[in-house]
Amino acid sequence: MQSLIWLAIALPLASAAILLCLGRRADAWGHWAGVAASGGAFLVGAGALLEMLGKPAEERALDTTLYRFIPGGDLQVDVGLLADPLSITFVLLITFVGTLIHVYSVAYMEHDPDRRRFFAYLNLFVAAMLLLVLADSYLLLFVGWEGVGLASYLLIGFWNQRREYATAANKAFFVNRVGDIGLIIAMGLMFTYFGGLDFATVAESAPAATTAQLTAIGLMLLVAACGKSAQFPLQSWLGDAMAGPTPVSALIHAATMVTAGVYLIVRSAPVFNGAPDAQVVVAAVGAFTLLLGAFIGMAKDDIKKALAASTMSQIGYMMLAAGLGPIGYAFAIFHLVTHGFFKAGMFLGAGSVMHGMKDQVDMRRFGALRTAMVVTWVTFGLGWLAILGVPPFSGYFSKDKIIEAAFVGEGWQPWVFGGAALIGAGLTAFYMSRLFFMTFHGKARWTDDQHPHESPALMTVPMIILAVGSAFLGLFLAVGDRFTHWLEPVTGHAEHHEPVLPIPVIIAATLILVVLGAALAWFKYGRGDVPEEAPAASLATITARSDFFQDSVNRAVFQRPGQHLTRTLVYVDAAVVDGAVNKQARGWASLGEASRRLQNGQVRSYAATMLVGLVILAAVIVVGGL
Amino acid sequence: MNAMAFVYLAAILFSIGSAAVLLRRNAIVAFMGVELMLNAANLALVAFSRLHGQLDGQIMAFFVMVVAAAEVVVGLAIIIAVFRARQTISLDEPAELKG
Repeated sequence: MQSLIWLAIALPLASAAILLCLGRRADAWGHWAGVAASGGAFLVGAGALLEMLGKPAEERALDTTLYRFIPGGDLQVDVGLLADPLSITFVLLITFVGTLIHVYSVAYMEHDPDRRRFFAYLNLFVAAMLLLVLADSYLLLFVGWEGVGLASYLLIGFWNQRREYATAANKAFFVNRVGDIGLIIAMGLMFTYFGGLDFATVAESAPAATTAQLTAIGLMLLVAACGKSAQFPLQSWLGDAMAGPTPVSALIHAATMVTAGVYLIVRSAPVFNGAPDAQVVVAAVGAFTLLLGAFIGMAKDDIKKALAASTMSQIGYMMLAAGLGPIGYAFAIFHLVTHGFFKAGMFLGAGSVMHGMKDQVDMRRFGALRTAMVVTWVTFGLGWLAILGVPPFSGYFSKDKIIEAAFVGEGWQPWVFGGAALIGAGLTAFYMSRLFFMTFHGKARWTDDQHPHESPALMTVPMIILAVGSAFLGLFLAVGDRFTHWLEPVTGHAEHHEPVLPIPVIIAATLILVVLGAALAWFKYGRGDVPEEAPAASLATITARSDFFQDSVNRAVFQRPGQHLTRTLVYVDAAVVDGAVNKQARGWASLGEASRRLQNGQVRSYAATMLVGLVILAAVIVVGGL
Repeated sequence: MNAMAFVYLAAILFSIGSAAVLLRRNAIVAFMGVELMLNAANLALVAFSRLHGQLDGQIMAFFVMVVAAAEVVVGLAIIIAVFRARQTISLDEPAELKG
């Protein structure tokens, strides 16, 4: 199956094409075709995994060249797929979680007249993401990268009849374009320095390159990763991306899209390993974003936006780990996998809550939903325990490893990065508990016309499966460092380093902070009364509620000056460039006007002109003695 | 006999012909002027041919005669066509080609 991995991309892609081409004729069965395509891709991935597990570790990677994309002289660009432990991990995560989200969407989107189109886009999203992770060169990765951007645009703006949703889709697309430019520049640099864009060439040539070259490439790759993974300073699209239907949010946040940036950094390990400065920047961006996301999450009342902020924060953990180098790569991917499960589960849970509450998203109007929606409450609760990092749930094994790894190093770095990761864990506990308690506990604050009810089985079954994953996947993969060894052929073997603090102290501190955060949330939102309207708040809360004024900052720093710049350029174009051309044309026109007068239509004057010319010619010949 | 005399005669004839073309409004007279210029050129060609003792000039003169005959046919046809259309053969009347 490993050599047939292209099928995993082809199936959803073909399904998307068929569903889009057939149009309304496929309305009756389109959603099941979408589920089948995604499920088929998962089976292909699972087959490849089984085949790889049967081989010795160092022979597991298989690079298959499908066809030659650009044949030409010194430049040969092949389309090839690389199935190695890292990409197969992603394939399984994307297709497994993706398929569950597909199943969930069948019920969630049941009353939407455009359900078939929705599934076509979902399939396109999955196909693009699979292409992204299976590509064996940066160029092909970029094709998937753009495909993901396109699919996310289509899905975020799925209800584009509402103007603000369409704007949110545009915003996501534009911010992602900024990141794309980073990737394009990085590819240009790689092509110049290494002479090729496939991962093998880059890995081969990177050790010979200078640190400055690698740092430049690394920073450009970071810009790209920030765009896709919603890291500071390109994080502003993520919150607005909640405009899409909830399954889309689950897909974007868990299996596809935001994980692409982390994948890119880990996949570019050969570049980053030679560029310590770029690594520090990656880790710093991650550490900063994880705190930023946590602060935003604490102030949001919209359940989806709070979850979005939490994604930003958790991806920050992954970036931080990826920036730590070989000791962090495997943990970044580990956390990504466990996060994929619990975040997808929680988003589907949020969708289930909205389904039962007539699309209400304001947590201040929830409360006491645990009796009305038992399955949602339990599954969400497991996801909540996982993201808090409570042992023995998934998040504990992945996040705790990242915190430990962040404390490794010399000088100021372990204290800053480790401290940020540690504080982040406490903040995460607070805002996720706040979300959980406000939604499921306390007094009912429903509006009169809301009658919460449990969602149908098509929605709850995927949630249950994801909840089981959230609970036990981490433990399963962490036993004997299974997952780390599995990724070792790609991420490299990491020497064991001692953190600056003893490991038990770190674990204890993390758990204490988590318990403190959760307890504080319980006293404030679980037991106490939650006002139905957001109370007047301090400056800090207002800042966090407005996403640290990211939109205002972007508008003041980029949009307004950008508009002025374009207006100036338009003016210069009209006045100077067009002006010069027009003036010149006018000059020629008046020259023609002048010479026109010579043609007076008088035959005899023409004859006289000819004669004069002839005489002059004769005179020149005679006088010149020619 | 001095061959140069023929050249002078040719020059005089050419001048008369060109004066006729430039100064007269009547198309027929201008046309006659053109014929006069052509024949002046013929005379010069024959004279130079004689002067150099070569036959090139005389052959050239024959060509000019042939072309002149063709030109008379076309030219007279145009003059008649113009006359039919406008009832005039003045050269100054038709000025539609004015720029």
